[in-house]
Amino acid sequence: MNPQTPIRLLPLLLKATLLFVLLNFAFIFLGGFPLGKLSLYNKIFPGRERFPFGENQRGYNLSLFNLDAMFAAHVLAGSPKAGDEFRVLLIGDSSVWGTLLTPEQNLAGQLNSQNISACGKTVHAYNLGYPYISLLQELMILDEALQYQPDLVVWLTTLESFPQDKQLAAPLVANSPERVKELITKYQLPLDPNDPALNHPTAWDRTLIGRRKEIADLIRLQLYGAMWASTGVDQFYPESYEPAQLDYEKDNEFHAIKPAETLQGKLSFEILDAGMNAASVPTILVNEPILISNGVNSDIRYNFFYPRWAFDEYRAALAEHAAAQGYPYVDLWDLAPMTEFTNSGVHLTPFGESMLAEQVGASIQNFCK
Amino acid sequence: MGLNQIGASILTALLVGLWTRGAARGVFLLALSALALFWFQPAIPLRSFDFWIPSLSIFLVVIVWFITSTAGAWKSRQNIIGLAVIIGVVALVDLTRYIFPDPILTTTTPPRLIVVVGFFALAAFAIAAFTALSRRFAFTLTLVIILLVAILLILKSPNLSLQLSVFFRALTNRPLDTASALDLRWLGFSYISFRLIHVLRDKQTGRLPELSLPEFAAYVVFFPSLSAGPIDRAERFAGDLRAEFRLTQDETLLAGQRIVVGLFKKFVIADTLALVALNDSLAAQVHIPGWMWFHLYAYAFQIYFDFSGYTDIAIGVARLVGVKLPENFTSPYTKPNLAQFWNSWHITLTQWIRAYFFNPFNRWIRGYKSLPAWTMLLAGQLATMLIIGLWHGVTINFIFWGAWHGLGLFLQNRWSDFAKTRFAVSNPHMQTVLRLGGVALTFHFVALGWVFFALSAPALSFETLMKLFGIH
Repeated sequence: MNPQTPIRLLPLLLKATLLFVLLNFAFIFLGGFPLGKLSLYNKIFPGRERFPFGENQRGYNLSLFNLDAMFAAHVLAGSPKAGDEFRVLLIGDSSVWGTLLTPEQNLAGQLNSQNISACGKTVHAYNLGYPYISLLQELMILDEALQYQPDLVVWLTTLESFPQDKQLAAPLVANSPERVKELITKYQLPLDPNDPALNHPTAWDRTLIGRRKEIADLIRLQLYGAMWASTGVDQFYPESYEPAQLDYEKDNEFHAIKPAETLQGKLSFEILDAGMNAASVPTILVNEPILISNGVNSDIRYNFFYPRWAFDEYRAALAEHAAAQGYPYVDLWDLAPMTEFTNSGVHLTPFGESMLAEQVGASIQNFCK
Repeated sequence: MGLNQIGASILTALLVGLWTRGAARGVFLLALSALALFWFQPAIPLRSFDFWIPSLSIFLVVIVWFITSTAGAWKSRQNIIGLAVIIGVVALVDLTRYIFPDPILTTTTPPRLIVVVGFFALAAFAIAAFTALSRRFAFTLTLVIILLVAILLILKSPNLSLQLSVFFRALTNRPLDTASALDLRWLGFSYISFRLIHVLRDKQTGRLPELSLPEFAAYVVFFPSLSAGPIDRAERFAGDLRAEFRLTQDETLLAGQRIVVGLFKKFVIADTLALVALNDSLAAQVHIPGWMWFHLYAYAFQIYFDFSGYTDIAIGVARLVGVKLPENFTSPYTKPNLAQFWNSWHITLTQWIRAYFFNPFNRWIRGYKSLPAWTMLLAGQLATMLIIGLWHGVTINFIFWGAWHGLGLFLQNRWSDFAKTRFAVSNPHMQTVLRLGGVALTFHFVALGWVFFALSAPALSFETLMKLFGIH
């Protein structure tokens, strides 16, 4: 090349642009490749005790919408089932995941520390809880988890998971339209696969540029594997937090439903049924503990989430439904005093969690003596 | 500098390189660099300080040029143009206040024009006074050097910065309880001050060639090397500006290659390593020596790729406008001893310190003939490395870091003297083994030193060092 050749910018830029466009759109054809299954967890780094979730870098954790990657990072995916293992999967929301609790303090950790046995085998509980409350999200996780040979599923739930308007709103659900479509077909759910709440990716979203955040998140997840391995920290624990609200407005509506109306027909029992009948694996249904406040207007509301009338009606309906369907059902709604809740009406303290673990542990043992 | 600023710098440099010729290149570079001072300046929670700090940088540049140039030099056409460009840029940035509803070149709205006119008047008076003083009293230059060092000391000292922030907050009726040492982030002052001191010292020793105002000002606030160096020499920089330059295809490709490598180093490798690099939280949370080493290695490579990546970008962008900035890193982690490491790590800073501190200090201490030679060497190495440490920040940890390297250089020097007469190795295989051993030893010595650099407190640093060796 002659060093004195004047630069011809236009052809250079055109060639660069063409190459970039080709590379970018070639990525669309990789769309079906399960990138999330490529993981260093359970190979180089130990699997996580719970799903990755969080937006605080100090917790060495992040939220992503790739269920493959979430499972690939989980210890469950890297734990071959031992002959004497009684494998229990815990499904639920942030109260099961363990907001503000270490892996040892949350329900799975406390159950495992009890060293209990069922059916003559040692119980090993796996935390498959995930923050955000939606039955459909829990069904999605359960459906994926069934491939890991559970002996028993314990599904902890609460009224806030049931409203129909919440089912597609969970970010994990909204960003997994293909999985939702599969679930709708598989379990004959009364949901619309083309619901605008679902984020259907455009062609551009499937290009390299369109998927840049997803790819960056997957890489970050792997890097945080090193942090998880070296520190055992998977959540940011603030020195202080705002405690759950105890005083309330004089508001007795639940999801815009007034006391004069009924919850009937507005809760997604069909999604619950799909999960309970998802496979031949037995499932215990647990109505999880909630905060029962004695503060201002606590005669109207139990807590921030629930007016008393709505929760009472839900409890009765759930008990009736479980009995009618023959579901093993445990109602632990008033198990813990309000002092054993942390920053939400469903998040327990370590001691509150031990109370719950004792009850759930007993249910597991009783299930198969 | 963020990606937007780097992108704008590349594009601007490309346009300047393609379309400017002769003296116009220096004038354009001056205008762009002055604008970049304002645009790159980080936000400051004190009203209009993001305007005043760059303005002060420009003021310091002009005052130093006046007191180091020959009498009446400012009357030349080129220098009058330079002065007009500088005043024009500051005025233009201020006028954006009246043109745009939201600030576009600064993070907050610039002050009112009348205030800026007042600043120009004060600056003109100060320049005239200092110039007159410098013509009569040689110590004026020393006075300005002391002033620059004092500002640097305040900015690098968390306590002094905090006190100054409290003072400014009180002066501007801002809440005092939110004052922070980070309130006074002066973009590039570490580099600006060292460039100015170099010029002042060279003037004092009679080594400074005559530089025009556009050349001088563009040198000090040259936008590619504003925030992360390297520290060029004024006469070399001016030489590049005076040389005939035409942006050729080869030159563009070389520059582009350097920029791409730099971007990859900084935004892919370094930013990725930053997620796992040693920091205060990790130092407290990790208890397994193996993992602590992992985080320390990550830090060692992060700081290298971050800094050398920025340098690559600066060198590449500068190349587009015909300025060949000096290299700052030449594979430092592959060097077999500490002296060679320091000849290849932040090279321009090391050379600056050697020229303006180490050599004069050595000459001075050799005057004490009764002192043993090794004490002179130890004092020279320690003092030099302490200065380099303090340049990064006036904290106990940077002092420890400087002392660590000062002692390391001294011990390595003594060992080399001792070993070269006793352990001559002629076998090439053994030489390779020794060299590799030297590289590993040097890297680990440097890496252990990074503990003081990465962490904020001495107690945590010593605890981390113990954890690394499984003692804690």
